[in-house]
Amino acid sequence: MSFFLELLINGLSVGAVYALIALGFVIIFKATEVINFAHGSLLLLGGYTISELTPETNFYFALLVGLTVTAIGALFIERILSLRIRTADANTLAIMTIGFDVVLTAELVRRIGVDPRSLVDPWAAQTRSIFGVTIPLTRLVAIGAAVVLLTAFFLAFKYTTWGVAMRASAEDAEAATLMGIRRGRVAAVAWIIAGLLACIAVVFLVAFPTPGLDGSVIPVALKAFPAAILGGLDSTAGALVGGLIVGVAEQLTLGYSSDLAFLGRGFAEVMPYVIMIIVLLIKPSGLFGTRDVSRV
Amino acid sequence: MCPVSDTKSVQLTKDAGDSGTPGATERPKRTRVPRSVEARIQSILGIVLVLVALALPLYLENAFLVMGLSVMAAAVGAIGLNLLSGVTGQLSLAHAFFIAIGTYGYAYFSGSPGGVATAYGGLELPPPLGAAMAVVLAGLAGLAFSPIASRLSGIYLGVASLSLVFLGQHLLFNWESVTGGANGRSVPTFSLFGFPFANPAVGDTQITILNVPLMRNELLWYLFLAVLIIGYLFARNLLRGRPGRALQMIRDKQTAAAVMGVNVRRYKASAFVVSSMYAGAAGVLLGLLLRVPTPGSFGLILSVTYLAMIVIGGLGSIPGAVVGAAFVAATPLLLNLYSDFFPFLAEPGSGGVDSGTLAKYLYGGAVVVVLLLEPGGVAALGRRLLFSVTGTTRRQKVRAAAPVTSPAAETGEPLESEPSAGSVDTHSTGSLGSPADSNAVAPPQHPDRGTDPSTEGNRRP
Repeated sequence: MSFFLELLINGLSVGAVYALIALGFVIIFKATEVINFAHGSLLLLGGYTISELTPETNFYFALLVGLTVTAIGALFIERILSLRIRTADANTLAIMTIGFDVVLTAELVRRIGVDPRSLVDPWAAQTRSIFGVTIPLTRLVAIGAAVVLLTAFFLAFKYTTWGVAMRASAEDAEAATLMGIRRGRVAAVAWIIAGLLACIAVVFLVAFPTPGLDGSVIPVALKAFPAAILGGLDSTAGALVGGLIVGVAEQLTLGYSSDLAFLGRGFAEVMPYVIMIIVLLIKPSGLFGTRDVSRV
Repeated sequence: MCPVSDTKSVQLTKDAGDSGTPGATERPKRTRVPRSVEARIQSILGIVLVLVALALPLYLENAFLVMGLSVMAAAVGAIGLNLLSGVTGQLSLAHAFFIAIGTYGYAYFSGSPGGVATAYGGLELPPPLGAAMAVVLAGLAGLAFSPIASRLSGIYLGVASLSLVFLGQHLLFNWESVTGGANGRSVPTFSLFGFPFANPAVGDTQITILNVPLMRNELLWYLFLAVLIIGYLFARNLLRGRPGRALQMIRDKQTAAAVMGVNVRRYKASAFVVSSMYAGAAGVLLGLLLRVPTPGSFGLILSVTYLAMIVIGGLGSIPGAVVGAAFVAATPLLLNLYSDFFPFLAEPGSGGVDSGTLAKYLYGGAVVVVLLLEPGGVAALGRRLLFSVTGTTRRQKVRAAAPVTSPAAETGEPLESEPSAGSVDTHSTGSLGSPADSNAVAPPQHPDRGTDPSTEGNRRP
C-alpha cells in the first residue's frame, strides 16, 4: 500500500508539472488557435539559461533570468507567427512552430552537449517522508508550486481584465475585436505566460531524481501534448485533469512495470499516448473540449 | 454569357491555330483539354530529368550515388505525405511509423533468421513479394488508424498522430523477434527474377553500360528511380481525377465537400491508406539503403523532416515534394562531403556547429521562411518562373483570345497569335461580337488564380 501511495504522490507531482506545460499549450491554442510544437524547445531554452548561470549565481536569480529569456523567446515566435496569422490556417502555423522547434532544439542540444547538466536547485537530493513514504523534496515542491501557479492562473483567468479579454476572444474572436479587445496583445500575453509556465516546469522536470538537463527533456515535455489533448485542447481545466491523469498513469506503469513485462520494457513512456488514443476514440474532442460542430 | 464559353473559345481558337487555317474553322474538331505551353514545358522538363537520372549513375562516384538513393527514397515518402497533409490538409506526424513498417516489414518477410546479440526471425519470401507485402502492411496500419484519423478534426489529428511515432518506437525496441531490437536487423538484398541488386560475386557475369560496371548502388539507383516514377505518376493522376478534387475540397471546406456528396470520412481514410502505402514503399527503399536499420532512425525527427520536405517543396504539389525531398535529404550529405569548404563547420561531437546541426538550421529555417514569404513553396516559385519564361499568365491568354480588345499579336504569344479574331466570333455566342462586351466578360474569370489549388488552400481568409 505504501508503494502505491508513493507512486501516487510521485504521479501527482509529475502530473502537476505536465499540467503546467499542458496549460501553456491550451492558453496559446485558445488565444491564437496555434498548436505550439516549439513548446519543448522553449522549455529547453529556459533550462539551458538557468544551467548556464547557476554555477556562479543564486538559483532564484538564474530562474528569474531563465523566465525572462523564455518569455522573450515565446514572444519572438508569437511575433513572427502573427505576420501570417490572419491568412494562414492552423496546420500552416503548427508547421511553422515545428520549424522553430527544429532550429532552436538543434542549437540548444549542441550547446548543452552530451552530459546532463544540473540546474543546482536549492532542494538538491533531500527527501521528506509523509504518510510513511519517502518522497524527494523536489516532487513536493513541484506540487506546491503547481498548485500556487494554477490557482493564480485560474483566478486571473476569471477575474482580471486580461482573463476576460482572453476568454472573450477565444469565444468569438470577431466580436471581441469589435468590442475593442486587442487580439494581438491578448495573444502576446498568452505566449508569454505559456513561456513562463514552461520555464518553471523544466526546473522540476530535470531536478532530482532525474539525471539532469539534456536533449532528452524534449520527449518528456511532449507528454504534455497527450495531457492537453485528452483534457480537451481548448479547456484550461482539461489541461489540469489531463496532466494529472497522464502523470499518475505513467508513474503507476513505471512502478508496476515488472507486472506489466508482457507489454515490453519502457512501456511507461508510451502510456500517455495509449491513454490519449483510448480517450480520443470515445470522445474525439477530449474530456472537456468543446465539440466541433459545423453548421450548414 | 458566362466564363465557360470564354474558355471554350480559347480551346477552339487554339485548335484553329493548329490546323493552320485561321478563320476557316466552321466545324469545330473534337479536341482534348488544351495543353498550355507551360504544361508542355513541364512534360519536356520531366522527360529530360528522367533521362538525366538514367544516365547519372554512370558518371557519379559512390558518395553521390548514396545521396541520390536517399533523395529518391525520401521523395517517394514525401509524395505520400503530401497527398495526406498537403492535398487533404490532414497534418500527420506519424509518417515515420509507417516508414518503419515498410522497412521492417520487408526485412521480416524476405529476410532470413539471424542476429548475434538478439535473434530475430524471417520468412524468406521472394523479395518482390516481401516488398509488396510490406507496402500492403503499411496500408493496413494506416487503415487501422483511420477510424481515429477520420473522427478527429484538423489539428487534433496532428497531435494524435504523434502517438503512433512513440508507439512505433516502443514496438521497434521491444519486438525483437521481428525488429532485432536496439541492434537492428539486416535487410535482405533485393532481387528480381533471380537477378540480385548487389555487387556481383566473383565469377558472375557483370553488367556493364558504356564500360561502367553496374555495382550494387548503380543497380539500386534504377530500382529506386522506377519506384519513384511509378509513385509520381500515380499521385499525379490521382490528383488530376475525381479523388484529387474531392480531397482538395475536404481540405478547403469539409462541410462544403460533404454537402457536395463527397464521403468525407471514406476519403480521409483512403488518403491515410494511400499515404501510408507510399510511406511503406519509402520504408522498403530506406531499408535497402541502410542495410541494417536501427529503431533510432525512425523517431519523431524523421516525421518532422518529411514535413519539412513537403512544406519547402510546396504543400499539395507533387513535383514540389520531390524538390523538397532533394533539398532536405541531400543537404546534410552535401555538407558532410564538402565540410572542407566550410571552415566554420566543426567535427561532429566536438560541440561546435557540425554538418548535421547546420543542416537542421537550414531546413528548420527554410520551413519558417517559406511559410512566411511563399506558402506555396518551391512549387509556387517554379510556377511563377515558368509563367515568366513563357511570358504570359492564364489571364492574359484568355484576354488574348478575346477579339479586338487585346489582339494576340500584342502579347507575342505564339499559340495565341495564330488565330484571327474572326475564328473566335464564329464559335462564341453572338454577344461576343462587340468589343465592349467581351472586355467586360474576360476579367471576372481570374483563371490564373483558380488553377493553383496548392496555394489557394493556404490563403484562406
